[in-house]
Amino acid sequence: MSTHTEVISPGGGTASSAVGAHTNAVHNILTIGKRELAAYFSSPLAYVFIVIFLLLSGFFTFNVGGFFERGEASLAAFFVWHPWLYLFLVPAVGMRLWSEERRLGTIELLLTMPVTAWQTIVGKFAASWLFLGIALALTFPLVFTVNHLGDPDLGMVFCGYLGSLLMAGAYLAVSCFTSAMTRSQVVSFIVSVVICLFLILAGWPPVTKELGWAPAWMLDLVSSFSVMPHFESFQRGVIDSRDLAFFLSVIAFSLFTTGVIIRSHRAG
Amino acid sequence: MIKVDNLVKAFGPKLAVNGVSFTVERGEVLGFLGPNGAGKSTTMRMITGFIPPTAGQVTVGGFDILEKPIPAKRLIGYLPENAPAYADMTVYGFLNFAAELRGLRGEEKRQAVHRAVDMCFLEAVIHQSVDTLSKGYRHRTCFAQSVLHNPPILIMDEPTDGLDPNQKHEVRTLIRRMGEKKAIVFSTHILEEVDAACTRAIIIDRGQIVANGTPRELRQRSEYAGAVAVRVQGVAGSVVTQKLRELSTVRRSAVVSEEAGSVVVRAFPQPNPRNGELEHSVYDLAVREHWRLLELRTEEGRLDEVFRSITLPDTARGNKEVAS
Ligand SMILES: Nc1ncnc2c1ncn2[C@@H]1O[C@H](COP(=O)(O)OP(=O)(O)OP(=O)(O)O)[C@@H](O)[C@H]1O
Ligand SMILES: [Mg+2]
Repeated sequence: MSTHTEVISPGGGTASSAVGAHTNAVHNILTIGKRELAAYFSSPLAYVFIVIFLLLSGFFTFNVGGFFERGEASLAAFFVWHPWLYLFLVPAVGMRLWSEERRLGTIELLLTMPVTAWQTIVGKFAASWLFLGIALALTFPLVFTVNHLGDPDLGMVFCGYLGSLLMAGAYLAVSCFTSAMTRSQVVSFIVSVVICLFLILAGWPPVTKELGWAPAWMLDLVSSFSVMPHFESFQRGVIDSRDLAFFLSVIAFSLFTTGVIIRSHRAG
Repeated sequence: MIKVDNLVKAFGPKLAVNGVSFTVERGEVLGFLGPNGAGKSTTMRMITGFIPPTAGQVTVGGFDILEKPIPAKRLIGYLPENAPAYADMTVYGFLNFAAELRGLRGEEKRQAVHRAVDMCFLEAVIHQSVDTLSKGYRHRTCFAQSVLHNPPILIMDEPTDGLDPNQKHEVRTLIRRMGEKKAIVFSTHILEEVDAACTRAIIIDRGQIVANGTPRELRQRSEYAGAVAVRVQGVAGSVVTQKLRELSTVRRSAVVSEEAGSVVVRAFPQPNPRNGELEHSVYDLAVREHWRLLELRTEEGRLDEVFRSITLPDTARGNKEVAS
């Protein structure tokens, strides 16, 4: 290694400490997020995911959902499949978030950098969510199609997309948390599919019937975990603060748990 | 700069690190030695704030690593064991990423990356993706990451692992030179590196410090330290040994090797010898006896031998002594 001599200052290389702590946090989150997003697009995962997502949405919307037969200018036939599509596709995106870091050992680099654990968690989550958002945005030809065929309520279309994005975020936060639990991506995938399935089915009559013995408050509690009523209310074109709060609290809770798990893992 | 106080780390019932204390100041290079599983990496992970200790305290540049992790981590450059790096990034992308997390921007960042690339001879692979690098180059990439921001404290877990002999030499030289102005801790299994780069060495075994001193002090713990070896031609080994043993300055003597008419015999000093007393008496003896003296040398003691005698489990050491 070449000769290089120079005076070393005590805080060597940290001249930017003049920059406020706040902008520093944002900068760190952006740096981590950018790297994560680049990691998606530098692997085949991104392209495979997008192609499969578009193919499957197309297939379900047109061949199964009867988009044309419905005779209405709306995207209902498209959105109705999303809880199920995401059930498998979102954990496939989220499973590598932390498992990969642990498998490669780069988590040791990341967590010994002058960044906080929550900055890395938020940065990674935001990047994956943005990726899912990009995939979702690529379904835009459908909007043109309905616009061409009829006169859809664009506000309702917007609500549909927003609800879908929020649900993807909730699933993603769950996979982020299962991914922090294990260095095996397969285990992470399976566990998050199961948890997301619970989130879909929690309020479903066959499930609540099974819990017929339980007191009413418990039934309510279980069904209040269900994403379906919240998702459906977005599909009706309503933005209710309670629905927003539901999705955001699932995300916040899962990310918080991710932080706890990462900390406890380091504790050995 | 680094103060480690009574550090303990338990993994379940097992104590990986058990009451380790030491300090490292600027201008010191501390070599961390110890057999596999001794707790070297675990100690370094606690110093860098990757895992919290079960008990004890680490202070880095005056900042407690648990209470003020961010300012403490800013001062540290860390090369983890096995040199992890993001497989999907190029060397350049990876170094840029590390520089940004270190808070370097713009021109400052460009220069830091450029300097690190220069320092670790990475020009040839700079646009290559990390997962296609050879082991040595991946190691150098991670090394470059650790010195990127010119930190006053460097923690390196086996920095020469996987490097070719030339690079090993370069890294040692670099560590020694950087050590003039930084506080450096590095672990190694290569004992020559202790002499080549360290101002002080710690030997750790089963989670505890079993030796702490300059390389010279450690060598003197060897039973050969201070012994005098002579090579004599044309005299039987038994005769030389016998005559040496009769000297008052010699506690015992033994034949090291005997071949082609020349014999090497080692004479061990009495406890607390005066400086040069043994050498002089051995030389005088050779002159008196008209031995053809080909070589006379004072042994400094060997680190590997000290290392082995300190860290070998008691049972194994017992067996060895019985066998010999
Ligand atoms: N996460 C962990 N969980 C359980 N045990 C662990 C963990 N990490 C380390 N250990 C144990 O702690 C002990 C010390 O390990 P450490 O990696 O510090 O050894 P080392 O001195 O670095 O060894 P080497 O020379 O092989 O690198 C070992 O017995 C190891 O099995
Ligand atoms: Mg180790």
